[in-house]
Amino acid sequence: MLEYGYMAPTMFGGLVIFLLYGFPAAFSLAALGLFFGVLAIQVGYFGPEFLQALPYRTFGIMSNDLLLAIPFFTFLGAVLERSGLAEDLLEGAGQLFGPFPGGLAFAVVLVGAILGAVTGTVAASVIAMGMISLPVMLRYGYDMKIGTGVIAASGTIAQVIPPSLVLIILSDQLGVSVGDMYLGAIGPSMLQVGAFLLFILGVAIFQPHRVPALPAEARTLRGWALASKVAWGVLPSLVLIFLVLGTIFLGLATPTEAGAMGAVGAIVLSILHGRFSRPLIWQAMQTTARITAMVVFILIGATVFSLVFQGVNGGRWIEHMLSSLPGGRTGFLLFVMAFIFFLAFFLDFFEICFIVVPLLLPAAHALDINMIWFGLLICVIIQTSFMHPPFGFALFYLRGIAPKEVKSSDIYWGSIPWIVLQLCVAAVLIFWPTSVTYWIGKHEVMNQEEVDKALEGLTLPEPGGDLGTPDFGEPPALDLQ
Amino acid sequence: MTGLLRFAAAVDAVSAFFGRIAAWLVLLACLTSAGNAISRYLFSLSSNAWLEIQWQMFSGIFLLGAANVFRLNEHVRVDLLYGARSERGKAWTDVIGIIFFLFPAMLTMTFFSAEFFMTSFRSGEHSSNAGGTLLWPVKLLLPFGLALLLLQGVAELIKRIAILRGDNVETAAYERPTQ
Repeated sequence: MLEYGYMAPTMFGGLVIFLLYGFPAAFSLAALGLFFGVLAIQVGYFGPEFLQALPYRTFGIMSNDLLLAIPFFTFLGAVLERSGLAEDLLEGAGQLFGPFPGGLAFAVVLVGAILGAVTGTVAASVIAMGMISLPVMLRYGYDMKIGTGVIAASGTIAQVIPPSLVLIILSDQLGVSVGDMYLGAIGPSMLQVGAFLLFILGVAIFQPHRVPALPAEARTLRGWALASKVAWGVLPSLVLIFLVLGTIFLGLATPTEAGAMGAVGAIVLSILHGRFSRPLIWQAMQTTARITAMVVFILIGATVFSLVFQGVNGGRWIEHMLSSLPGGRTGFLLFVMAFIFFLAFFLDFFEICFIVVPLLLPAAHALDINMIWFGLLICVIIQTSFMHPPFGFALFYLRGIAPKEVKSSDIYWGSIPWIVLQLCVAAVLIFWPTSVTYWIGKHEVMNQEEVDKALEGLTLPEPGGDLGTPDFGEPPALDLQ
Repeated sequence: MTGLLRFAAAVDAVSAFFGRIAAWLVLLACLTSAGNAISRYLFSLSSNAWLEIQWQMFSGIFLLGAANVFRLNEHVRVDLLYGARSERGKAWTDVIGIIFFLFPAMLTMTFFSAEFFMTSFRSGEHSSNAGGTLLWPVKLLLPFGLALLLLQGVAELIKRIAILRGDNVETAAYERPTQ
């Protein structure tokens, strides 16, 4: 425990106390870092000049192109939330799947996945889907536990489905490319959507009274009217998905620029919908500026903390403790995931990503863990934090907009099967890493084929022919005098 | 106390003003970045200066906006214990937090970053990219934004003390931020 001195463990304890105290985390972290910095200078871990690295670190945050994606993707989500895309998608999909038992819940999962692929913000998805679907579900006799659960869970998939902001920030912290992170996310996203759809299918088959079909009078749209409603929702989404994801994968834009283009696309979309107004854009701009400042200041505070924590050998202390866990790699992963699952009760995603993830990295590197796999595991686990009662954000938003008839206990109990499903997905990812690496691997195989093709075109010299061995004569004598 | 509260209101107005600038920078940065990507692929035009202006505006968003976020009580907290405290308890949390956490931390960082800015300013530092921009203006944002945050800290401290004295002062209630 104390191989690396008492300073790092004390500082870690201080972290817990300072955060629990309840003052804004950004300032508590910076203060903690500086207190221990001064202390460490007194004890002699490093000299006063060590702290002069601080402005350079902060400047590194200012000039980090990838972090620029924070305002862009937040802005994209904020504009889209107010542009009516979610409403169009849900009404269309609801009418399309309505005639079948469980159809509305199916529509919610699919729309949640599409919204996730467009915006990547949980709040927007949950609020929009809850406002539209919950009253309909309530009116036609859905079990509210299923109704609220499916909405909360489908809203949270936005975290894992590219182009989520969470994946961009994680890839920055883990030092991997955003493109690879997105490719790795394909498998986990499909697993989740698949698990959710299967669960609904199971309920629809075995307990159809909990998820009834919409009666004929509720299905107002038919034929062309229905088709155009669905098209109005799906086409703009496809365009936005191309603007953001397509341009990244085709190499036309950096992830940051793709976010900016997506935001501009969302503004154009809201103009086309006739929902654009000056208050809309101004609110979106203000919300974005505030969220950006809040997030980046956590990162600045966490940077002060980490700088000093590394200076007092904290990194090596944590690495030492974590890499001596029983069970090797799997043991480490299970421990880390349980730890993050627990932390996510108290800390939000950004705090976990900026404070906790850097502490885990050295041990993960030492165990030779694939960083993309590791990042996606963290992402899936943090996603459950949106769902745990009583603090989960998704449940909290849902409570805010649910009709009075929906009981809080329904919302809480309703979330449990979905948390279990998400944990199952996390377990699949841990024991079957191919589910993440498959898509990235494929990308490499393609390159290999190209390389082979290119090699075939080359003429090889005849075997046995004189390749013209160079003359390895005696090396010149070293003159040591 | 009225004089102090009037000072706090003036600081609030200053922070709100820079908050509005930060909001404009969101839109400008977004248009610049999208414009950069489009001009590069449609017209093969690319300029390092415009690429640098993107992140300089990003720096503006959070450095100029942070004080306003503090005014609105939107910096994220771990609200496990905080959420359960009474109004007076919350005010005490902030009084102690501002004096013992915010002031020392931000004073130190403002001091270091002012030095950092002065070094750059004295040498008239340019970015090392071809056609890059002058760097000291963006480095000035760092001590400036932190000083603004300190000033807002003074204003919040005044307001919290007024609450504890039983004066009728409006402050923003803390809510967990949306994600």
